[in-house]
Amino acid sequence: MGVEGIGARVARKEDKRFITGKGRYTDDMVVPGMKHAVFVRSPHAHAKIKSIDTSSASAMPGVIGILDGKQLTEDGIGSLICGWAVHSKDGSPMNMGVWRPLAEDTVRYVGDAILIVVADTGDQARAAAEAVVIDYEELPAVTTALAALKDGAPQIHPEADHNLIFDWEIGNGADVDAAIANAAHVTNLDVDNNRLVPNAMEPRATLGVYDDSEEHYTCWTTSQNPHVARLVMSAFYNVAPENKLRVIAPDVGGGFGSKIYIYPEEIVCLWASKRTGVPVKWTADRTEAFLTDAHGRDHVSNIKIAFDADNRITALKVDTIANLGAYMSLFSSSVPTYLYATLLSGQYNIANVHANVRTVYTNTTPVDAYRGAGRPEASYLVERAMETAARELGVSPAELRRKNFITQFPHQTPVIMNYDGGDFGASLDAATKAADYDGFPARKAEAAGRGKLRGIGMSCYIEACGIAPSKAVGSLGAGVGLWESAEVRVNAVGTIEVLTGSHSHGQGHETTFAQLVAERLGVGMDTVSIVHGDTDKVQMGMGTYGSRSGAVGMSAVSVALDRVEAKAKKVAAHLLEADESDIVIENGELKVAGTDKSVPWFQMALACYTAHNLPDGMEPGLKESAFFDPTNFSFPAGCYICEVEVDPETGKTEIIQFVAADDFGNIINPMIVEGQVHGGVAQGIGQAMLESCIYDPDTGQLLTASYMDYAMPRADDLPSFDVSTTVTPSPSNPLGIKGCGEAGAIGSPPAVINAITDAIGSNKLEMPASPQAVWAALNAK
Amino acid sequence: MYETNYHRGSSVSEAASLLAGSDEAKLLAGGQTLIPTMKQRLAAPSDVVDIRHIAELKGISVSGSKVTIGAATSHAEVAQSADIANVCPALCGLAAHIGDPHVRHMGTIGGSIANNDPAADYPAAMVALDATIHTNKRTISASDFFVGLFETALDEGEIVTAVSFDAPSKAAYQKFPNPASRYAMAGVFVAQGNGGIRVGVTGAGSEGVFRSSEMEEALAANFSPAALDAIAVDPAGMLADIHGSAVYRANLVKVMARRAVAAAG
Amino acid sequence: MTSISLNVNGRQVSGEAEDRTLLVEFLRTNLGMTGTHVGCDTSQCGACVVHVDGQAVKSCTMLAVQANGSDVTTIEGLASNGTLHPVQKAFHENHGLQCGFCTPGMIMAATDMIRRHGSALDEKTVRQELEGNICRCTGYHNIVKSILAAAAEMGNAQQAAE
Repeated sequence: MGVEGIGARVARKEDKRFITGKGRYTDDMVVPGMKHAVFVRSPHAHAKIKSIDTSSASAMPGVIGILDGKQLTEDGIGSLICGWAVHSKDGSPMNMGVWRPLAEDTVRYVGDAILIVVADTGDQARAAAEAVVIDYEELPAVTTALAALKDGAPQIHPEADHNLIFDWEIGNGADVDAAIANAAHVTNLDVDNNRLVPNAMEPRATLGVYDDSEEHYTCWTTSQNPHVARLVMSAFYNVAPENKLRVIAPDVGGGFGSKIYIYPEEIVCLWASKRTGVPVKWTADRTEAFLTDAHGRDHVSNIKIAFDADNRITALKVDTIANLGAYMSLFSSSVPTYLYATLLSGQYNIANVHANVRTVYTNTTPVDAYRGAGRPEASYLVERAMETAARELGVSPAELRRKNFITQFPHQTPVIMNYDGGDFGASLDAATKAADYDGFPARKAEAAGRGKLRGIGMSCYIEACGIAPSKAVGSLGAGVGLWESAEVRVNAVGTIEVLTGSHSHGQGHETTFAQLVAERLGVGMDTVSIVHGDTDKVQMGMGTYGSRSGAVGMSAVSVALDRVEAKAKKVAAHLLEADESDIVIENGELKVAGTDKSVPWFQMALACYTAHNLPDGMEPGLKESAFFDPTNFSFPAGCYICEVEVDPETGKTEIIQFVAADDFGNIINPMIVEGQVHGGVAQGIGQAMLESCIYDPDTGQLLTASYMDYAMPRADDLPSFDVSTTVTPSPSNPLGIKGCGEAGAIGSPPAVINAITDAIGSNKLEMPASPQAVWAALNAK
Repeated sequence: MYETNYHRGSSVSEAASLLAGSDEAKLLAGGQTLIPTMKQRLAAPSDVVDIRHIAELKGISVSGSKVTIGAATSHAEVAQSADIANVCPALCGLAAHIGDPHVRHMGTIGGSIANNDPAADYPAAMVALDATIHTNKRTISASDFFVGLFETALDEGEIVTAVSFDAPSKAAYQKFPNPASRYAMAGVFVAQGNGGIRVGVTGAGSEGVFRSSEMEEALAANFSPAALDAIAVDPAGMLADIHGSAVYRANLVKVMARRAVAAAG
Repeated sequence: MTSISLNVNGRQVSGEAEDRTLLVEFLRTNLGMTGTHVGCDTSQCGACVVHVDGQAVKSCTMLAVQANGSDVTTIEGLASNGTLHPVQKAFHENHGLQCGFCTPGMIMAATDMIRRHGSALDEKTVRQELEGNICRCTGYHNIVKSILAAAAEMGNAQQAAE
């Protein structure tokens, strides 16, 4: 490792623009003639649109156009799609309803878009939007999955009887039932996973520009995957052919999954730009973000874990109902199925696993992947149940887990995943040591002396990143391949541009990708630029989500670097009159090993472009690309320990310490990896203790639609975190990277709740464990 | 935000006449409640009269035990006032925990009490300190000033100019913040002054700030946290929302009261 | 429309704006200074924090006309002659930012915090003082570390000067 290479704690290259106010986000963009859009949205959770009157609104100052769903349909704009086909256990396809970008007849959640108003200023557009008169026939609404499945519940889409989208299963059901029947002990737990709002700090925004002279569209948007946005808008929404549609995702202020999807607003702003003849910009306000950004989680589950007399797990069975909201969002079907139930074996050697998952429409905001996407739900179930089992069995939670750990790899679980490596015991040891797990009883006693209830909780999570290979995900129903692309361009003066299909919106790719290049080519990081986020600049790519940018995106860079290196060595060997196999790359030079003969990197690059003296038959130039498809998922895993003190008088919980011991495989920049864990853990603690999406069950109004009511984690809600890593490299990619973006949010909620339930001596506690909820649990005993 | 016309008053009398100039005018002090409300289009004053720059509304004076605070004095100024800290540190502590630092730089004591948000902190202190609210027309005792949710005894066009009170011999404020908004879910100000012991409660009451006479009597007999043990706060008069049921808030009122008494010493 | 004059980052600027124009809108739209961000509509997230007459305020909760005649410092004005402010430097060195969206508000809040508390800042105080600034990326861990580092450095610099 050099000072800038793999493993170095390099401060981020991209920081300077952000700390000096020079970041450029979508809402910062201004183009000549640009106008402002406001969407008219449904105030009702479920209603028929009887009539729309825009006459007085259209006449208001500054109004350029008010467009509706009928016009959108006339222009052939397609309906929103779900990109992952999941079949019910009887083989039938998903019962998917229609999602129009602008609702024409029926609105199905509060916030459903109906009209776009374009005006000179945002205030004028808002005033006109308020002046639109829509006559609704209100229909009964349903907000919870359980209620939506019942007879007589409001029917949300004609395609989905009883609002059931699919009824899916995985695993060996008969064997599981037999094992449970023969078990020495069965832990049985009902667990909810609370609905969350992702809340990237930058609200979504889009700027659509139509150029009629070229019949060309440009879309600036807050996207984690601009190429996928272009593909979907082109192939399914008929906005424009791909070569006539440029999508640019400039600086993006956080995503956490919510900016993967192609929302109605992007499509409608592009279309409206053509219809009105002006560039159209829309920026969500925070209330709109609460109402329309895809939400996360929202499961109701039961889990049973069966043990033999020796406390070894013999079976695990799960029944889950997942609320997908009013429409099926882009990857909504995969989250509670292939990204969830496939991880239910956890870190444990379990011969029999079965899960049944029903997904349901409700009159709520669509639900899709949010940081962790299915894996937090799985980890929360398994790890709450393991802690519960240890308490029921009267054994140490750490030792019960250790006894059941998988220790031999590869390990085929009964639910698709083939774990290819890991050392779960190492993480457990690191975490228990860092937390002084054994010293807890003394700390509990000391806290009791101060009138505080102290508790400790653990979670040993596993997750799957770098979802791959494409052939495998295709066989499971994915509509896309999940590879990644890279192009490495060595310029004539030796500087380097890396074009990546990954997209950085906080992850620091401009630094870590450059570190990889610096390590491999021995050049300074300041000579390396990372280019991403623009379909006109970068070849097709799949974007950033699922902790895939390191494992897949950087691996693509690595393969492209192999090719650059191979050619560079050939050129150097030719220039130095040496054998290609003797050339080594070090400190910006290509050297003949064991001699003092060398050629500087830049001179080799120049030789490629002058092409005066290249080996016979070699093409000029030095630019290589790669499309990398991993051989398997990668499996980050770790052990988290949370220690809390509860104030029994108020129910307020304070986190005293939070320890995260992760195995992310090889690490490019530990500082950035730690930052990812900090952020993930904070979101997990937010889910466990603060955040909650509450709908009025009768009206379907979102009651937590602002920071006044949605408790975002703030600095004084959180401790500093104790973060460490152990390393078992991933065998599924050349860099041995597993991925670190989501782990914190996956591993932390069960650790927190296990700690609080330990403190209060009651297991009847759902997330979020708000002061009121904890106080109520204490007083219900 | 709807359109509005901004006026900057240079004196109380000028502000009063600007305010009288329109039926739909509102005073703008720190604006930390009014502007968010206008942004959400829940308030649409035709005119706003900015009183933040009026010198006669600013400043803190402490003379003996008599404390006077100008209405346009910011929370940060109260929090940092060494003069107030000498005689009533509890009020500094209260001001230091209103909103966040940025809000405290702008928000004012006059704005807070004139708005009378049921979850605001200052009203609890005002009633517990038996404060006098000075306006451009009269003086009003705090007990008479706070009428109901967002409702005060102020007449149309009446401007709060200052608050004054006699420093208590001991006092403390304890609040339990809403986990989301950080406003008080229960805030209890306990003060022992010349007129006896007064307990002001904010954040919890369904009619806004109130005094707990039961607690006051118990503390008059025995100024100790234990004196409150036997008191049952009635949930019937409590606010209830997604963050706290009436029963939970009733509990918080008692817990915060006990802690305030303990802190007052 | 009202004519508004401000001294922004040491430069006298003026522009016409409706009275309802928020200071943050005036900065972003009239002056094209997009470093100050808007992250919520209920005055809670703090992405918009700037200094007005030396104090941190939420520029989304102040009309531009309220600031008429005031000195305003934004994130664009914090570095001097290309030299980063110690708080900016500390955020960079301690990985105190990820997506960068809350960062301008965080840095402006941090400089105000250090102005008021000096190097006496401790972790608990920093966390309390950040109540008005929400970050979704960092879990605050490295923001707190950055602010403590900057406070210490600025304290040392002041000591050295004295």
